[in-house]
Amino acid sequence: MTPKLDLPQERIDRCRAHARRVAEDVRRETEPFTTVSTERTVLRLLGVDGVDADEVPIPNRVVDALSEAGKLSRGAAVWIGSALAAGAGGVDEAARRLADPAEARSLSEHPRWRQAVQPLVEAALARIGSNRAERERRLGSHPPEELPLLYAIVATGNIHEDIVQAEAAARAGAQCIAVIRSTAQSLLDHVPFGATTSGFGGTFATQENFRLMRAALDRLEPEIGRYVRLVNYCSGLCMPEIAAMGAFERLDMMLNDALYGIIFRDINPFRTLIDQNFSRRINAAAGIVINTGEDNYLTTADAVEQAPAVLASQFINERLALDAGLEAWQIGLGHAFEIDPTLEDGLLHEIAQAQAAREIFPESPLKYMPPTKHMTGNVFRGYQQNALFVLTSVATGQSIHLLGMLTEALHTPFLSDRWLAIDQARTLRSNVRHLAEEIRFRPNGIVVRRAREVLEGAERLLDSVAKTGLFDALAAGVFADTRRSREGGRGREGVVRRVREYSNPFREAWDREPAGATS
Amino acid sequence: MSAAGRDRARVRPYGDKWNDGVVQVSFTLPLPRSEVALEAAKRYAGKMGIRDPYVTLAQAVAPEFTFFVVYGKAIHEVDVSAIAAGEGEAPRRSREEVDAEIEKRFGRRLVVLGCALESDAHTVGIDAIFNPKGFAGDYGLERYTGFDARNLGAQVPVERLVRVARQSSADAILVSATVTQNEIHIRHLTDLVDMLEAEGLRDALVLVAGGARLDHALAKELGYDAGFGPGTTPARVAAFLLEEISRRRGGEERA
Repeated sequence: MTPKLDLPQERIDRCRAHARRVAEDVRRETEPFTTVSTERTVLRLLGVDGVDADEVPIPNRVVDALSEAGKLSRGAAVWIGSALAAGAGGVDEAARRLADPAEARSLSEHPRWRQAVQPLVEAALARIGSNRAERERRLGSHPPEELPLLYAIVATGNIHEDIVQAEAAARAGAQCIAVIRSTAQSLLDHVPFGATTSGFGGTFATQENFRLMRAALDRLEPEIGRYVRLVNYCSGLCMPEIAAMGAFERLDMMLNDALYGIIFRDINPFRTLIDQNFSRRINAAAGIVINTGEDNYLTTADAVEQAPAVLASQFINERLALDAGLEAWQIGLGHAFEIDPTLEDGLLHEIAQAQAAREIFPESPLKYMPPTKHMTGNVFRGYQQNALFVLTSVATGQSIHLLGMLTEALHTPFLSDRWLAIDQARTLRSNVRHLAEEIRFRPNGIVVRRAREVLEGAERLLDSVAKTGLFDALAAGVFADTRRSREGGRGREGVVRRVREYSNPFREAWDREPAGATS
Repeated sequence: MSAAGRDRARVRPYGDKWNDGVVQVSFTLPLPRSEVALEAAKRYAGKMGIRDPYVTLAQAVAPEFTFFVVYGKAIHEVDVSAIAAGEGEAPRRSREEVDAEIEKRFGRRLVVLGCALESDAHTVGIDAIFNPKGFAGDYGLERYTGFDARNLGAQVPVERLVRVARQSSADAILVSATVTQNEIHIRHLTDLVDMLEAEGLRDALVLVAGGARLDHALAKELGYDAGFGPGTTPARVAAFLLEEISRRRGGEERA
């Protein structure tokens, strides 16, 4: 897309330099640690799965036992390898032994642990790689996708009902299906198991639910002549475990923000930043497109005032994602259409912010979120706001368009609400197809001035965050007016200082050969 | 009927003529789009009391589902005189008036706690009432000098809320319920009342519920003092709190 805002490139470069300093500081501070969730993820990647008689996942049992035995700081893979080398007849048996606190205590490190665990590492990498190739093959067998990708949400709480709704949405034209998680799943320190039929405000993210929905969308592919992307939420206390499950079941997109859990779910900053790194490494290898969550700043605070914070957070998310091995095409940066519709020239501000994001991150797919804050229950005005949202989305070349529901703020969408949203977006997308190529913005007009002002604000904010470091900035409440201390928040007890010999064979493999290099 | 002869107590919907009963409804039937589905929609409208149903949209929204928009004339009417005045209504007052009244009547700040309970992770409702920015151009309770407004955020366990209420000698608790799937909000709201009663705190404070699927009648039924539905402004809640806390704490009023 031709740049239209005449944004000063030096300023954009300075923002990126600040973001780099922020990310380096995060890496330096978090590198000495691992987390219980990261180690459970290593176990899942090695093939540890299932639950015990009390419905507690085996990865949790093993990590808890290793923790108690004071052995987690060495890395969970070391102990699976040691158990295998000492005679365990497979990963299930190794996990079963390690889940027993007495056995976890008595097991000593085996000199050939690495050789013993290596076939499991390779099997996981092969499974992730073949899923990625399969996605590329399927996408390649159809005509190029029409943009922005229309993204619909299902949230019935019952995976089987979700499938009914997802099929209806996909047939109507949805290109991405996100299964919203049950409320509060982000605060569970384990991943539920199996197919689930009761959730609140959404459906539990489980590996079996992923598999069921993936199979349903694949079944639809020949009928509708399109590949439908499956989306879930790689966030909360089990962030990297969800990434592993998604990589195994060929999900295509993951909500995966570096700061969201800290700010909006009060999860400990160290826990989140360590987990985001490992989850993003998995997503990088799996060829998954991540979506960041900057839209959330706008739903809790004023969209005009918060625009610089959104942009600053996008720069930070971009840098942390690149450092974890994601490539620009995988970094779906989030923002939202949340300006008060009664504000004079509000739409011009929306256009300015959306166009600026497009120009500043030209290689990244932008995830554009619909109005929610100013949806009042007046469904007629709501439908009109959504129309302006689609118009702005198409006119500024957004990539992933989350469909707004006219009944937002009233109830979880009806089948008809979703159809109306898809119909509206498809009609408008075609109706204004080449508008972006036709319009220019007046030099020093409202749009151009607003975009410049937001960029300047972002630079100031990034400069101050780079000076204090991200942890102090979070403690000072720089983002969304919310203060989060290093020592506070949920899941702090799950942060573990590594020993010098710590090993995570997956990280080591991806450090040797960044995922992007293979495609 | 002439304007003078209109019985304002007995009403029907108004399209473009007095008591013409015109309504517009939309619904989805789990039927493929067909003549049968169309007839089914008309008959369904008839059972809702809609005469002469006119189907303006019969849209297949999925292979087995058809979405209908139907216009028609509703046969039912309501007797307005039989409806009791809404109890949740308090006289409208500006923020400055409320602050001044609190100072005059209590001589201290009223402690108001707000949150979403248990699994409900949504702060949109409670933020609209508490955040200084407020909602729809109306400032939130944190901007009032008369309230010591404490927004505890989302996912607050009932037990913790009751503890904080006791420790802070709260005058009022505001609970926002956004997630309503499988009636989960009813359970959480009821749990709170039960625990406040068990702890002997219920009568010491004003208890208010708000949310998309809440209204005054439902809140009363659940044991709350008031319920506020979608679109409620902070000023309405503030005025209600002022009157209700005054009523409770009659003795505390300054001379």
